[in-house]
Amino acid sequence: MAESYPEDLKYHPDHDWARVEGGEAVFGITWYAQDALGEVVFFDPPEVGAAVSAGQPYAEVESVKAVSDVFAPLSGEITAVNQELVESPERINEDPYGEGWLVKVKLSEQGELDGLLDVDAYKALLAG
Amino acid sequence: MGPAADTLRRTALFDRHRAAGGKLVPFAGWEMPVQYEGIRQEHVAVRTAAGVFDVSHMGEIETGGPGAVAFLQRILSNDLTKLADGGAQYSVLCRQDGGVLDDLFTYRIGDRFLTVTNASNHERDHEWFAEQASGFDVEITDARDRYAMLAVQGPDARRIAARLAAGELPPRMRTAELSVAGVECLVCGTGYTGEDGVELLMAPEDAPAVWDALVAEGARPAGLGARDTLRLEVCFHLYGNDLSLERNPIEAGLGWCCKLDTGFIGSDALRGAEPRETLVPFVFTGPGIPRQGNPVQTGAGPGTVTSGSLSPCLGTGIGMAYVPMPAARAGTAIEVDVRGKLRHAEIREKPLYSKT
Repeated sequence: MAESYPEDLKYHPDHDWARVEGGEAVFGITWYAQDALGEVVFFDPPEVGAAVSAGQPYAEVESVKAVSDVFAPLSGEITAVNQELVESPERINEDPYGEGWLVKVKLSEQGELDGLLDVDAYKALLAG
Repeated sequence: MGPAADTLRRTALFDRHRAAGGKLVPFAGWEMPVQYEGIRQEHVAVRTAAGVFDVSHMGEIETGGPGAVAFLQRILSNDLTKLADGGAQYSVLCRQDGGVLDDLFTYRIGDRFLTVTNASNHERDHEWFAEQASGFDVEITDARDRYAMLAVQGPDARRIAARLAAGELPPRMRTAELSVAGVECLVCGTGYTGEDGVELLMAPEDAPAVWDALVAEGARPAGLGARDTLRLEVCFHLYGNDLSLERNPIEAGLGWCCKLDTGFIGSDALRGAEPRETLVPFVFTGPGIPRQGNPVQTGAGPGTVTSGSLSPCLGTGIGMAYVPMPAARAGTAIEVDVRGKLRHAEIREKPLYSKT
């Protein structure tokens, strides 16, 4: 897919996104992250029930050549993992904001939302 | 990290890589394409059709003069007297202690010998050649800037190269001086992918014309990423991963190209050496991808992964590792510690991939 950064997402500077709905959020990696990594060939899913902390790695995605940590944009507890990615990790490349979502998280620190970037700030970060 | 981007060397094909959508990364002091559309697609293209790689970052050292054979016999591990005019020979370059300085192909063109070096070792190799040359009637030339190098590899590679060549291509492990796409080339029946094909050396300024012609005939641009996965599937060594100054060629499984009776530098250290560890190929029997440096657990003690990747053809993690000798048997189950997770693997015979 072409480079894009949806307006409705919150962004973490390590190229991760969060789609926040009430007390829950879906996490994934941005178009920029998947493009830099190249074709994703392996997703090592975390456990449902595991705690994640904002700014800390919670999963790994791998291309043929490299491993990349995925960072949690917000803190909470994992309530669902996209198991489809175990069989089809390339969905992270094909649809990073849709079918390539990684985990759902029950948020524990609502205040952290203010620390994330909106789309304009994230695009400004990419532009350097 | 290596030198800053503005000090990186560029091959004669830099603009071609850009135009083809190549992802250019620093590699051994050069700015090289790691991939174009994707490592897996390029890998599969080489296994099923043909790919063309720019390997101009590799260096060349030319050895000439009346003492050339005697000199190369002294520093290279293979038997140079078996290298006939128009031939190609693989060998390692060892220090006195048997540690590997580089692994190299040498081509004989009449009385001249062209040795192809790994980019990261080129300067050190050239210095070593020059240091060891005293007492030999030889002339050693750093020929790196005289050549660009392309590798055309895959089941269709010879057909593609033959359509452009003004003469018959050399068979495997032979060379020929031929015009290809109107350019004078040294054509070599060698490669690093496990597929049939040729490698072409030519003047850098002529390289774009040859590249364009090969691509027009159907060879797909392939990057260093695919080159690495292709060589790993067939268990070819990569210097800096599987070979180093800390390992000798016997441990590395390269005893077949070490002719100890020739008295090459390092042969005394290797004679009677009983390696404690040896290099083995392995495949993952479950999920995960091994990476260089991952610790290995075997029933006979620990080991270390030196190369690891996903195998595009097998669809699983594969790699090579140094393991204790008693564990080094095909079929042996081992475990690889991939960033804290123990992954199941099995030692296999080489190559890990073959057509049949």
